[in-house]
Amino acid sequence: MAIDIGQFVQTFFDESLEGLDVMEAGLLALSPGAADLEQINTIFRAAHSIKGGSGTFGFSEVTDFTHAMETLLDKMREGRLTVTAEAVNTLLESVDCLREMLVSLREQVDIDNAQVEKLRVRLLRLLEQNEGNGTATSKVATAKPTSPPPPPSPTAETTDWRIEFLPHAQLMHSGNDPVRIFRELSTLGALTVRADCSRLPRLAEMNPEDCYLSWRLELQNAASREAVAEVFAWVEDECDLRIEPLTGAVPPVAPEVQKSAPKDTPEAAKTSTEETHQGELVLERRSSGDRRKGERRTNAAAADSGSIRVSIDKVDAVINLVGELVTTQSMLSALGVDFEMSRLDKLHEALDQLDRNTRDLQEHVMRIRMLPVSSVFSRFPRIVHDVSGKLGKQVELLMNGEQTEIDKTVIEKIGDPLVHLVRNSLDHGLEPPAERLEQGKPETGNIMLDAYHKSGSIFIEVADDGRGLNREALLRKGLENGLLKAGEDYSDEQIYELIFHPGLSTAKQISDVSGRGVGMDVVRRNIQDVGGNIQIASEPGRGTKITICLPLTLAILDGQLVTIGQDCYIIPLLSIIESVQARPEMINRLAGKNEVFHFRGQHLPILRLYELFGTKGAQTDLEKGLLVVVEADGRQVGLFVDDLLGQQQISIKSLEKNFRRVPGVAGATILGDGRVGLILDISGLIRINHTI
Amino acid sequence: METRTTDLAPVGKRGPQREAAVENLQYLTFNLAGESYGVDILKVQEIRGWVPVTKVPNAPVFVRGVMNLRGAIVPVVDLRLRFGLESVEYTKTTVVIVVTVHTEQSDRIIGMVVDGVSDVLNINNAADIKEAPNFGSAVSTEFINGLVALDSGMVMLLDVDRLLSVEEMFSLDTVRNSSQAALAHAS
Repeated sequence: MAIDIGQFVQTFFDESLEGLDVMEAGLLALSPGAADLEQINTIFRAAHSIKGGSGTFGFSEVTDFTHAMETLLDKMREGRLTVTAEAVNTLLESVDCLREMLVSLREQVDIDNAQVEKLRVRLLRLLEQNEGNGTATSKVATAKPTSPPPPPSPTAETTDWRIEFLPHAQLMHSGNDPVRIFRELSTLGALTVRADCSRLPRLAEMNPEDCYLSWRLELQNAASREAVAEVFAWVEDECDLRIEPLTGAVPPVAPEVQKSAPKDTPEAAKTSTEETHQGELVLERRSSGDRRKGERRTNAAAADSGSIRVSIDKVDAVINLVGELVTTQSMLSALGVDFEMSRLDKLHEALDQLDRNTRDLQEHVMRIRMLPVSSVFSRFPRIVHDVSGKLGKQVELLMNGEQTEIDKTVIEKIGDPLVHLVRNSLDHGLEPPAERLEQGKPETGNIMLDAYHKSGSIFIEVADDGRGLNREALLRKGLENGLLKAGEDYSDEQIYELIFHPGLSTAKQISDVSGRGVGMDVVRRNIQDVGGNIQIASEPGRGTKITICLPLTLAILDGQLVTIGQDCYIIPLLSIIESVQARPEMINRLAGKNEVFHFRGQHLPILRLYELFGTKGAQTDLEKGLLVVVEADGRQVGLFVDDLLGQQQISIKSLEKNFRRVPGVAGATILGDGRVGLILDISGLIRINHTI
Repeated sequence: METRTTDLAPVGKRGPQREAAVENLQYLTFNLAGESYGVDILKVQEIRGWVPVTKVPNAPVFVRGVMNLRGAIVPVVDLRLRFGLESVEYTKTTVVIVVTVHTEQSDRIIGMVVDGVSDVLNINNAADIKEAPNFGSAVSTEFINGLVALDSGMVMLLDVDRLLSVEEMFSLDTVRNSSQAALAHAS
């Protein structure tokens, strides 16, 4: 009965890649010197699972490599190896390497063995370097001054073991079979097996899929303890396992080695309590193993863009709403049978109900595609850690609002822009520690990432407390490149706008991190592509804050229908502040051609849409049409239209699919009468207005 | 619709290479300003009667607007204007041929307004397709695949991908120029 495990390979890859994320997060959270046992355990378990899984599927390179990592982690968690920055970095690089290996295997491409080998050598070297006291290998450790030279460990260590193996009832449910384990043990040495059937119930009460047996095994002339323990690797969460040296056959050195250590150093105390520690660890592993699985389940959706993880309550909400929709539908069909005008208000009621149901359903379905921003933010700790190390700067990353939810497509598009902004802060914004001290700032710079909802949009802020933008340098570059005219007075915002210009960079050196001047325009375009915008605020010497504003959802919006001539356009309701009838006293002309009107104490420009769109037959007299005051990017403008029609919820269709992007138009929709209505891009219009 | 086949004796080039390349090419022929044109039938998605379209601001003059094709937003091009001819009133026989235009990025669906649709032309012998003569730089002929001589007249075979390619037709420069022109005109 050979099961084709090939169908599970994909799951193995998905889970292993997730496990690698867990490892990476754990490693980043480790502070060198302080061994957080819980943290190390988490990392260890993740590595362990990957090793076990890869063994099952025959990926021996992965197994071997992970084994090296696992040994290092094992020593760390037993306190036999200190957590140094070098060790953490090597492990981080190993995680990267392992990720590449898994991806190569998944794509069925060759693994870069040279790279793997290099890292493995480093891992082994770390292992040898930090060998403390203990029974493990025969190499003599380069002792740290605090610990005395370890007693010469016997090259032939204990090879006889008594193993008490008590599987939990569900052991066999996961496909494990004690017989296979014993068979493997028997390849290690001479094995005697004794089964304890005391827990077997009567046949009638027995569940054939549960394991009621336990065993006592004796293994002689076997390998090291680790080799034995490894045989049980796959089941260690589902059994109680005790591996003890077989007394009597054990050379006297072994117990001494165990026990002589405590006299020497406090570290060794851990090794002497290894036995009981081991037993405890087994139990610990079991309970925290479940916790780890739980953690993984609540992790944000996979980086894979083809699938999405949705929380069960979102799905339940949708199911409920569909139920209500079905009820409304049957109500309507019942009304439709032999309909008479006397039942008209019942019909209205039912239609209102239908309206509510559809809106709710729409909202909830859209939420399914929303993911917490943490899925984007999660890559930043690693980036900050690596880049700040490379640049020799000390940086702390603060993240806020990771649970804020955004539509999946938006998340995918802003990932790279955000990385670029963070790298800019790291490279150009934050000063090296020495300079910071000179300025009276703390040595460690701060980068703050914040995400929050506000007035129907999502805001993401990237702020740093570094140098801020250099206004003078930008002004100079602007003049040099002919983007600015000499002698004119430019506001700060106008100068900061220059950094979005492709090819413009004030960096003195181009590093591989940034400085080429190609990034920011791409960043802005990407953000504008999803209907958002980006603004910069900066204070020299204090820092820079970049605010990105994104729409909540891409596909549906509430729109106000307006007419211009024969054409019908839609203005997003959220951008409308007010609609006013223009009166002659409100309107002024500036410099003879720009029209402005007085609105709530401000003078706002008037945009004659029929002019911009070249519409014929539209109203040209300002007093006979309507001014719709709209706002975008912090600026307000009055749009001149013929008339307002109704408001409705519209689903946005892209013009670019079959046509192209039209300036001033955000998209199109199908109106109730089957015609196409164009949706106005308010920030685009305001921009166009400014450039005319 | 009657399917007409050409079986002219091959004039000019002949030879085994040509024989080998014979495929059954089918073209949908249509009328425009008194001339006959043909497009590869595999690119034709459907044929619709003319429906009022929604104007798109600052589009080139031959893009009449966009229409709703079962939920998809499809731009509609007036071929007369595209060829630089005079536009006419649309009548009951005016049709829109909806074609699939292949570009590097994606396939786009575009509609073209023509005077009327004719027959499906079967071309058995690739040799029948003659090269388009060069009219000089005044008229761009890169979208003409070739010419076929029929009893009823000449049919110009069009390359839909080049005729309706987005880059050429909808270049930003065209748009900018027309919008600036519109504003200059207005003020």
